[in-house]
Amino acid sequence: MIGLSHYLTVAAILFTLGVLGIFINRKNIIVILMSVELILLAVNINLVAFSTHLGDIVGQVFALFVLTVAAAEAAIGLAILVVFFRNRGSIAVEDVNMMKG
Amino acid sequence: MTAAAAFFYLFAAITVASGFMVIASRNPVVSVLFLILAFVNASGLFVLMGAEFLAMLLVVVYVGAVAVLFLFVVMMLDVDFAAMRQGFQDYLPVGGMIGAVFLVELLLVVGSWAIDPGLVHGPLAVSPGSGTVTNTQALGLVLYTNYFFFFQIAGLILLVAMIGAIVLTLRDRPGVKRQDIAIQNARTQASAVEVRQVPTGQGVEV
Repeated sequence: MIGLSHYLTVAAILFTLGVLGIFINRKNIIVILMSVELILLAVNINLVAFSTHLGDIVGQVFALFVLTVAAAEAAIGLAILVVFFRNRGSIAVEDVNMMKG
Repeated sequence: MTAAAAFFYLFAAITVASGFMVIASRNPVVSVLFLILAFVNASGLFVLMGAEFLAMLLVVVYVGAVAVLFLFVVMMLDVDFAAMRQGFQDYLPVGGMIGAVFLVELLLVVGSWAIDPGLVHGPLAVSPGSGTVTNTQALGLVLYTNYFFFFQIAGLILLVAMIGAIVLTLRDRPGVKRQDIAIQNARTQASAVEVRQVPTGQGVEV
């Protein structure tokens, strides 16, 4: 029988993959943003798993809010990325500290 | 093994595998496509858990909007992605170590919860049993009453994000000719037409 811990394990593995993706793709900020999306997806799986397991609908409400914030974050992050690429001609994260002011 | 268990293992395996491909693939376009696959399978997991509304929302919002936004940006930026892979092996040991620590800690949390289920409290708002109302209805009953202000704030966050993204990426390039209806309508005959006397046998100096 598939219980709560199965879903939590899947979410833990996804979260770890997201963190690992941030570390091994240090230069590629697009993949870093995708890793953040993976992390938020893992959090959502956790919230929904606890929500349905405990019979508490509030977890799904919070998953909805996490989804909203994730969408806003992706839009703003990609807009900043486009502006940065327009100014510098590359998206190398090492050069971001040149962007003083 | 029941059908639900079989579907769980199918969705979970594809989600984890495509999550791995997101961070491991060389081409970011492939990464985005695997991200879409991960989201679709995660929504399958949501359906298995009984959260149908969030599953559909995941498909609509993530696959329909966010992943396509990623795809637009990846294809719009002309970036040498081969050079970006430099240093992949350098970061792998420390990244793998931190990832392993994270995984062990998270699995310990899951394990401790399995040992002592009394760690969690009772539900804050009891979700109605199946058969009375649908999942979407139950969510709306809580979202539009107890969490109404949070809902409004979520809408404000989306508005701020939209305005911010527009303001960030808007630029007016000089030298681009665009149609301006107001200027066109404001033209009169005096400003548009000039009548000159042309001397015979000569041209007109413009």
